[in-house]
Amino acid sequence: MLTFIIRRFLQIIPVMIGVTLAVFLMMHLIPGDPAQIMAGERADEAQVEQMRENLGLNDPLHEQYLRYVGNAIQGDLGTSIRTNRPVVNEIFDSRIWITIELAFWGTVLAVIFGLIAGIISATRKYSFADVSLMIVALFGMSMPNFWLGIMLIYFFSVNLGWFPIVGWESWKHMVLPVITIGSGGAAIIARMTRSSMLEVLDNDYIRTAHAKGVSERLVVYKHALRNALIPVVTVVGLQFGTLLGGAVITETVFAVNGIGRLVVDAIKARDFPMVQGAILVCAVAFVLVNFLVDIAYRLINKRIDLN
Amino acid sequence: MSKSNNNILEVKNLCTSFFTDEGEVKAVDGVDFFIEKGKTVGIVGESGSGKSITSLSILRLIQEPAGKIVNGEIIFKGENLLEKSKKEMRAIRGNNISMIFQEPMTSLNPTMTCGEQIAESIRIHQKLSRKEAKEKAIEMLKLVGIPSPEKRVKQYPFELSGGMRQRVMIAIALACNPELLIADEPTTALDVTIQAQILDLIRKLQKELGTSLMIITHDLGVVAEMCETVAVMYCGKIVEYADVKTILTNPKHPYTIGLLNSVPRHDQHYEGDLPVIKGSVPSPFNLPKGCRFATRCPHARDICHNQLPELKTMDDGNQVRCWIHTDVWEKQEEEVASNS
Repeated sequence: MLTFIIRRFLQIIPVMIGVTLAVFLMMHLIPGDPAQIMAGERADEAQVEQMRENLGLNDPLHEQYLRYVGNAIQGDLGTSIRTNRPVVNEIFDSRIWITIELAFWGTVLAVIFGLIAGIISATRKYSFADVSLMIVALFGMSMPNFWLGIMLIYFFSVNLGWFPIVGWESWKHMVLPVITIGSGGAAIIARMTRSSMLEVLDNDYIRTAHAKGVSERLVVYKHALRNALIPVVTVVGLQFGTLLGGAVITETVFAVNGIGRLVVDAIKARDFPMVQGAILVCAVAFVLVNFLVDIAYRLINKRIDLN
Repeated sequence: MSKSNNNILEVKNLCTSFFTDEGEVKAVDGVDFFIEKGKTVGIVGESGSGKSITSLSILRLIQEPAGKIVNGEIIFKGENLLEKSKKEMRAIRGNNISMIFQEPMTSLNPTMTCGEQIAESIRIHQKLSRKEAKEKAIEMLKLVGIPSPEKRVKQYPFELSGGMRQRVMIAIALACNPELLIADEPTTALDVTIQAQILDLIRKLQKELGTSLMIITHDLGVVAEMCETVAVMYCGKIVEYADVKTILTNPKHPYTIGLLNSVPRHDQHYEGDLPVIKGSVPSPFNLPKGCRFATRCPHARDICHNQLPELKTMDDGNQVRCWIHTDVWEKQEEEVASNS
């Protein structure tokens, strides 16, 4: 298991090279001169040249890249143009934790409701419960986040007054954004669990378990679920990553000061170091989550081998 | 064939159907047979003859609502299994009656170790502790001839070969010392040398543990090797039911004769192809009105096509379902002779 973890960890290195390269090149791929853009429209020639020098844009590309990566490893992602504070501080002081909290609880909600609904549907195929759950799941998948968020605010905050409309302070603030961000995932996991479970329940080894006298309950939760979870775990991992990125809309709707809003504000202000930094952090988080997912994967499916 | 009170299992008029959009499929249609304590009965037939469904019906493992046992009795040690509750059935499965399946590659759970899978039924039925069940699992692996069982007990099915897996299946099936073992094509998926080993193992353990055995196969070689009594099935019905010697040396039903003729013999020289049974099995949705083998039978007459023959007990106690072996046939022969 340890060798598996080490080997899997080493695989992260090429991915990180790719990620940093993409984020780094982003700066050079945008139309126009980055120095000009960052210095502002009204900057004169000297100021732009100064900015170019500051950013090291006159050096060869590979040197710039190595310097970028070297700085990033040491925790230096540049300075925000808008606030003049280090990008790392902007992200890690509070912003990213709010988003991680939001994505985490969204994923927890998605997994709990998705699994329960999927198992109920699969074990009672074509029953009333199955059909209604799958219709609800279809709604969950098709509803855009911004619309669901607004509807939730309208009913539960404005009409009923149960939850605050905006902000991120107590658990009460978290309920509606978490539902908004988790509903799509819950729906996908529910449908995934259902189909995976139905496939597994059809297997010969399920018949073997019945023939051994194993109770219906244990057949479902011990014999079938463990096998059915293998594809579901992948979806859960991807889901968490998507939530990190997808938090932009939910955070905007509920005026939550997470990394999503930070990115939106930075883009509006053409704060390139900020945008780069936020994207890099999200990408790293995504890679790490996938690393954890692969370990979980290995724990439930012993056949996975990196060879 | 005489019946005695020494029977571990009696199947009476068993009818199992599947209900599909196209209509009812009578997979098993009025099957009767019995197994004496410690004896071996073989059920022979080609794919779709209903032999596997018969065995699944005995353990009530037919998946409802698509499939259903619509009629009959399954008497195990004097009690009708069809009247048992689900809970009572669970206490019997894997404990009093066990089953080995055809596909060792897919019949074991890929996410559980072999040890866990053997220990599970021991823990359910014998209420042993985790540690005791594990020890028993190692003992069972030793019994079925798996080398270094202490190591194997921790391995997953994908780490074992097909033959090894089938041994693990046998270990699971015999873990609680069942009185009846149903083996559904236990060697079909294995290569020939392993087949012989597995059959030897089953026979040896049967003798040691005194288990009764019902073996389902389409391989007449397996029948010759293992069985005392044989039921030949065709399209959901038993067409011949006799002791193994009669079946192999003096079969009565044209289908059994056809089956035997299609097996290559080492003491015979063949010019060209092996003999085959012409035609194919009729569609289960559209079974013939009369004898179900009539469409392929070389001797079929009008009566065969129009009327289903009964399973008739012959003078030697063996049973056959064929018009040829009835008085009607002889009478018709005489009529034909006198007319000409």
